[in-house]
Amino acid sequence: MSAQRQQPPAQGPPSGKSDAARRGATTGEAPRAPVATVSAAPWRWAVAFAKVLLRMTWIETKLLIREPVTLVFSFAFPVLVLVLLGGIFGGQRMNGGDYAGMKMMDWYVPSYIGLVIASIGTVSLPVHLSTYRERGVLRRYRASGVSEWALLGSQFLVGVGTCLIGALAISVLGIFAYGVVVPVSIGGVAVGFVAGVFAFSALGVLVASLAPTARAAQGVGLLIWFIMLFVSGTSAPLVQLPAWMVALGKSLPLYHVVISLVDPWNGYGINLLQATIVGGIGLATTLLAAALFRWD
Amino acid sequence: MPRRADLRDLDGREAVITASRVQKSYRGFTAVRDATFAVARGEIFGLLGPNGAGKTTTVECLQGLRKADGGEISVLGLDPVRQSHELRRRIGCQLQEAALPDHIRVWEALELFASLTPGGRDWRNVMGEWGLADKSRAAFSALSGGQRQRLFVALAVVNDPEVVFLDEMTTGLDPAARRVAWELIREIREHGTTVVLVTHFMEEAERLCDRIAVMDRGSVVALDSPAGLVAEHAAGLRVVFRTDVGDLAFLNGVRDVESVHREGPRVVVDGHDAVLAYVAAALVAHGIAPLDLHVEAPTLEDVFLSLTGRAMSE
Repeated sequence: MSAQRQQPPAQGPPSGKSDAARRGATTGEAPRAPVATVSAAPWRWAVAFAKVLLRMTWIETKLLIREPVTLVFSFAFPVLVLVLLGGIFGGQRMNGGDYAGMKMMDWYVPSYIGLVIASIGTVSLPVHLSTYRERGVLRRYRASGVSEWALLGSQFLVGVGTCLIGALAISVLGIFAYGVVVPVSIGGVAVGFVAGVFAFSALGVLVASLAPTARAAQGVGLLIWFIMLFVSGTSAPLVQLPAWMVALGKSLPLYHVVISLVDPWNGYGINLLQATIVGGIGLATTLLAAALFRWD
Repeated sequence: MPRRADLRDLDGREAVITASRVQKSYRGFTAVRDATFAVARGEIFGLLGPNGAGKTTTVECLQGLRKADGGEISVLGLDPVRQSHELRRRIGCQLQEAALPDHIRVWEALELFASLTPGGRDWRNVMGEWGLADKSRAAFSALSGGQRQRLFVALAVVNDPEVVFLDEMTTGLDPAARRVAWELIREIREHGTTVVLVTHFMEEAERLCDRIAVMDRGSVVALDSPAGLVAEHAAGLRVVFRTDVGDLAFLNGVRDVESVHREGPRVVVDGHDAVLAYVAAALVAHGIAPLDLHVEAPTLEDVFLSLTGRAMSE
């Protein structure tokens, strides 16, 4: 960032923005009248936006690191659940259904990455954002011209990072401790992963927008997360669920995220249909969340 | 009486803000009924009134943080709601109820906010000016109330705004820190920045503001310089002295005297114009040598009382 500003040439045309001209006040010139907006080239706007986005993301990352409880939770929780689950399903295989014969842990490891994404999107993010709103942090940002897209974009990017940590923890543990197959298509898993974080970040912002308080956001988020936990193949295997629970699962985003992760992981290729569904849910939810977003 | 934003008040100076009959209600409660005023470039303009008078809602409408239900607002020639993006780059805001994340450090906040408006000031200089240099690495949650206030004002000026809005900025500051803050506000103005100061402190408004809009129950009830307000709405003078003499009824007949009250030895004579001279002469003529004779000039407190019939602290 440049510390010094160029003074405009006397009587010169406004150079880009009006700021330089405004400084005339300190150089003894008469303060200028407000100048009309000089619309910068779109790419310049995009660069400025990207800078703010990255700076917000960097600061949010540092804040997350300074609050170790959140980080430990997103890291330790999935590992803990995986250990418990491994104790239950250890060497069993799926009997029946589309994935008959698959080792259960080959299903659960990628599907738990989905669960991590869901927990960050439906619980951590809404609580974080609505706490910011309650305390007046969002007001402060808004008054200084932080755009909602930079704010939400930074939450998404931090979410990607946090989920990545959880995903790596689960994968490493699964592969080394439970002999889970190494992902066949890492690119395919990455597609499902990014689409999943996108969809659940948007859902998290939506919950934050709808919930009146941080406490309410936590309650609503946990409820959504719990329902999805049981009907998306992330607890009991899907084949053991009654038809109505499977139908409920398919109507919620986590099921689709799970399939988008499990399929490429196990060599079924990228499930374009499911990944597209996840991306579509993300897009629709983003538009809805942006329309309903409240700064205070 | 409500009236249009009157540019004649500005004596031909350029108006950076005009507000005409601004209205804002929340769920049936009318927060702002009629806010009408114009702010000239380079002045310190005060919005003075008790809590609940609608001052904060009014400036939030000016800042584009709320959409007024009615009336017209122009800030730097912009519509605060439709052109909020452009406006935010050119104004600075210190909000009454705002916070930063607990763990953000002072320098990080300043760097972030400076980066939002390319071409603003060097945030390091702003940090120094507002006495935050030695707190640079302190987390927001570790700052005292006064330090937070200073940080918020620093954040409001770091983009080198043309207009800065300060909402109750000295609340929570001790008297010494308040005086420092006043000096800094004057310096902001010396840089050519227009300052809109929301306050319920009479003394602050009286000392700092070039002009003051007095707000009560959602309306601007008077607008003038502090001296002008006093001259127009609280022209009276108060003569105060002490004496042991019991019968002072003769003072009621003295020229320019309006009323006489006494509380024990303390006598208060309300009057106008040359009341001091006439009262002093009458006392001496009656052989009374008043002790501690002095005049108390009316303050904005008296102006508010005269305008609304209520004391502002009520």
